[in-house]
Amino acid sequence: MTPFSLIRHWLYERLPAEATAWFDGALDGVIRSTSDGDLNLAFGLVPRKLGKADLALTAEELRAAQGARAGWDPELWSVDQAARIALLLATQGDADAFVRRLDLLCATADVAELVALYRGLPLYPWPERHRLRAAEGVRTNMKAVFEAVAHANPYPAEQLSDGAWNQMVLKALFVGSALDPVVGLDGRANPALAQMLCDYAHERWSAGRPVSPELWRCVGPFATGAMIDDLSHVICTGGEAERLAAALALWRSRDPAAANVLQRHASLAAAAAASAVDRRAPRTLA
Amino acid sequence: MKFIDPHIHMHARTTDDYERMAAAGIVAVIEPAFWLGQPRTSVGSYIDYLSSLVGWERFRAAQFGIRHYCTIGLNSKEANNEALAEQVMEILPRYLVKEGVVAVGEIGYDDQTPAEDRYYRAQLALAVQLDMLVMVHTPHRDKKAGTIRSMEVAVEMGMAPARVIIDHNNEETVQDVLDRGFWAGFTLYPNTKMGNERMVEIVRRYGPERIFVDSSADWGVSDPLAVPRTAQLMLERGIPVDHVEAVCYGNALAAYAQSGQMQAADWENPIPVDQRTLFEGNSVLRGQVPQVGVAPAAGLPLGELAFK
Repeated sequence: MTPFSLIRHWLYERLPAEATAWFDGALDGVIRSTSDGDLNLAFGLVPRKLGKADLALTAEELRAAQGARAGWDPELWSVDQAARIALLLATQGDADAFVRRLDLLCATADVAELVALYRGLPLYPWPERHRLRAAEGVRTNMKAVFEAVAHANPYPAEQLSDGAWNQMVLKALFVGSALDPVVGLDGRANPALAQMLCDYAHERWSAGRPVSPELWRCVGPFATGAMIDDLSHVICTGGEAERLAAALALWRSRDPAAANVLQRHASLAAAAAASAVDRRAPRTLA
Repeated sequence: MKFIDPHIHMHARTTDDYERMAAAGIVAVIEPAFWLGQPRTSVGSYIDYLSSLVGWERFRAAQFGIRHYCTIGLNSKEANNEALAEQVMEILPRYLVKEGVVAVGEIGYDDQTPAEDRYYRAQLALAVQLDMLVMVHTPHRDKKAGTIRSMEVAVEMGMAPARVIIDHNNEETVQDVLDRGFWAGFTLYPNTKMGNERMVEIVRRYGPERIFVDSSADWGVSDPLAVPRTAQLMLERGIPVDHVEAVCYGNALAAYAQSGQMQAADWENPIPVDQRTLFEGNSVLRGQVPQVGVAPAAGLPLGELAFK
């Protein structure tokens, strides 16, 4: 099944007949329409007509999602979000028309609509045409919108340039978003990002503000030179979570200096090795 | 005591205002679409403005534990720019059906020109078509005649009076508005027009039914604490507590709850004030520690909340 038919199926399973009748009519209108007037009105009306309940997908349905589109994770989607994305997927026309439509919907969106539109990124046709849109979502000042792009969304790791990707990771830390839900975080780690993150840690230290332990996760594989010194500082002076995060980062570094630091913290090194194995990222100690 | 300010232009206010409003007990605000103090020159800036009402401003308010609703419409001043007005009318429907949009508004007359009349009627027709409430801005000049005309045209276009809020009333208009079955909003302007003292006398004379107060605070000299301040004055002058609550909270809620887009559960059954996760984002806080789980202390003496 395509993502579109899966969404429609999930909605039919969950909504009363009156709501699905409205939704069928709305989809029909969008498919037949030659202008975007029907889409714009239906898009706005969705919560009034279908409600805003969690979609609450079963494990089996989530597996079907992965089967329909690798990396697609609608676990936290709601009914209104799913319906809005389905409406957009039902539209006809070429790539230019789709991009223009998405731009206009975003330009006139309320907060909940923006979250839905950005959560839908991995399902849109012509994926390479939505990179600027994703970067715009990263640029928002509204954290819920930012997380619609950054969290549980495979699109950024697949499509963003290193520059845009690095901005997204740094911004997540900056606005207090977790890094763990970022899809492809380890795979997209790169030396420039490691350097940016260490610079950011120094800024935070200078301001006397805490540094998220998650920051070091993207530093580890590329830690060398002064970055090892930073990790050494954290493993000596940080709180419990920070020390473990630093140990894990050191464990993933290929620089022999990292192993030297780890040798002085045997129990943390062991914990890091165990934790890294849990993450299925096997790598022998240097 | 909880308050609703059912008419305030928060896009023109600061976070200091949001803080003081929350501290004074304001739990919800309605921001009517209006003009910006100078005329817009293109539909693009209108789109950006309407988008900010349903997006950014809602997010900003939520960070201070205040629920933000809005009304969407083409205001009477800019209705006179017909080239602009035509384009605005085209984009209005997509905004009117969005979440948290409680009415078509503020619409009505300013100079009572033919263009104003045309777009007032067109928007009343939209309200009937979309089954929405209407918030009417009554003219500041030729007020009494303009208010009566606003009500007559609303009824003529098919609106039930109970679904129309007539705002910016004064002693001269209130009787007509109430007699015809409309809701009567009163804007509390500092120094001019409708002052707090006069408002106390109106409530004493007409009672609390279908009357409510608002600040209409915007980019001009105005007071975002006008509603709680007036409540305090009414209590001091011996207006019964339940009348004060009706005029400063309950009636506005009853009027706008008819939209299905605004209910007491939105703030009474909260989602606690959580500036990290509600609409989230920390750009407004700029490095302050977000408040989690605790609403700002309500009921501070208003004297402590006076303008800085």
